[in-house]
Amino acid sequence: MAEQVKVVYERPRSWANKITHYCPGCTHGIAHRIVAELVDEMDLLDKTIGVWPVGCAVLGYEYFNFDSVEAAHGRAPAMATGIKVTNPDNFVFAYQGDGDVASIGMAEIVHAAARGWPLTVIFINNGNYGMTGGQMAPTTLVGQKTTTSPLGRTAQANGLPIRVSEMLAQLDGPAYIARVSLDSPANIRKAKDAMRKAFNAQVRGIGFSLVECLSTCPTNWRMTPVESMDHIRKEVVAYYPLGEFKVADGVL
Amino acid sequence: MSEKVLMKGAEALAEGAIRAGCRYYFGYPITPQNETPEYMSRRMPEVGGRFVQAESEIASINMVYGAACAGVRVMTSSSSPGISLMQEGISYISGSNVPCVVMNVMRGGPGLGNIAPAQADYFQAVKGGGNGDHRRIVLAPSSIQEGVDLFVDAFDLAEKYRMVVMIITDGLIGQMMEPVEFKTTVDVSTLVTPEWATTGRHGRTHPNIITSLTLDAAGLEKWNLALQRKYADVEAAESRLEEYLMDDADYAIIAYGIMARIAKTTVKLAREKGIRLGLLRPITVWPFPRKQIQSYAGRLKGSLTVELAYRQLFEDVQLTLCDRMPLGWYGRGGGVVPGPREILQAFEEQLLKGR
Repeated sequence: MAEQVKVVYERPRSWANKITHYCPGCTHGIAHRIVAELVDEMDLLDKTIGVWPVGCAVLGYEYFNFDSVEAAHGRAPAMATGIKVTNPDNFVFAYQGDGDVASIGMAEIVHAAARGWPLTVIFINNGNYGMTGGQMAPTTLVGQKTTTSPLGRTAQANGLPIRVSEMLAQLDGPAYIARVSLDSPANIRKAKDAMRKAFNAQVRGIGFSLVECLSTCPTNWRMTPVESMDHIRKEVVAYYPLGEFKVADGVL
Repeated sequence: MSEKVLMKGAEALAEGAIRAGCRYYFGYPITPQNETPEYMSRRMPEVGGRFVQAESEIASINMVYGAACAGVRVMTSSSSPGISLMQEGISYISGSNVPCVVMNVMRGGPGLGNIAPAQADYFQAVKGGGNGDHRRIVLAPSSIQEGVDLFVDAFDLAEKYRMVVMIITDGLIGQMMEPVEFKTTVDVSTLVTPEWATTGRHGRTHPNIITSLTLDAAGLEKWNLALQRKYADVEAAESRLEEYLMDDADYAIIAYGIMARIAKTTVKLAREKGIRLGLLRPITVWPFPRKQIQSYAGRLKGSLTVELAYRQLFEDVQLTLCDRMPLGWYGRGGGVVPGPREILQAFEEQLLKGR
């Protein structure tokens, strides 16, 4: 009997034994789990340095067994650049939210992408500033109510949301840019495939990679976890289409 | 054997950093220190280092932060407005206990100001410009040679105390040419990567985490108290003061950097007139050489603080000497640099006339 027992699911080696601080229905945990699985599968634990953002993932380093640093708001790509140049053989990724990437850190993300140096950014787009209580982000959809757009975002008052992946894909620098969604098992599998390509783009020295993950924020969206997944499928994907926007030769 | 070479200040200081073992430089153009990044862009590849031109001073200091976490000798340089942009990063680096060197070639301010020499960033450097309780060791060379020599100390001190060391100089030293000798060349192969560095685990049993975040108040207070103990150690051990013609002095000029160098001529002029004037020159402006300067209380009839700023250094002199001797002050701003005779005149007016 014993030899028939097969492990089908286990804690990744790079995944620390830690109780989550994320809200019920939040997809940060899924994105974290994918990172941990890929670090294990690609045998990167000993050479990984994670760069964590200001935002809900500010304590992200507590969930992993690899080296990590905590960046200032928006500066993770610059900090990751500084770490990477000291040892190009290491695997360095920045994990950032939409306030981090699309607002305060826009200069750092654009220039990291333009330099095209092998670095990876996991970009969590949940359409608002989660940690500070649900304020409007550059990614907030028109009509979406937040604590700083209480009547709903309008184009006139607030401008239109920024599609970071499409924008960065216009640059010649990046090797891999993709947008995925963490709303369903099928999409989570696709998200992992995209992140694997992004990791590979760095490990193989091809260049800069970024995966934008459409994510939920049930607490601040005032939705149940199920409703928030549904909201991604019905509303968010309509403005932020899924897909690969840049795939350089050799990325696989 | 080293020999003297004629070099521009901003280039000589860059070479001084490389001789001190710096192999990573991140920077952004700003006058009057552009020769430093330009020189680094040529020299770093020759010595196996990396030069990166960042997209802003904000990015520069955060790249420095990243490299500092990896435990290498790393620096940036800028001038006043650029250093203002770096304050957030300097606060994070200080809060994370990682070492780096930042050079400020000070120019006239506030705001865009101008590109002429100034010392108006004294408060920013010494009292802090970023958030939270943190200190930097601040070294203030008064010549290109001293700046070159101090770079070795700067990296040693940064690593010893795991903190930011600032070198503050000015557009005059940055732009002048002087003979300079590179007395020390650090063999970088002898530098050991510290055990706390985030270099990837590579067999290490535990992950290294570098952060300035401590959410729990009691925990953050403990973290702060540890920082304060470190700063107390630095204050006890690292303050430096040059005393020039002070043995028989009745009066002292107190000045640092380029202003002290000009004031040396004032001292000579005064002595030609029979006035026993000396010079007290803080080499570290933080830690301020308080005890050394206090030792002159009761021995001097007065001092004149001279600076290219408005009562910034003077504030530390006042805190140091209080009412223990007459305290004169003379400063110019906006990039105007007074000559030795103007300083002598101010000294005579404030400390000799009517006394």
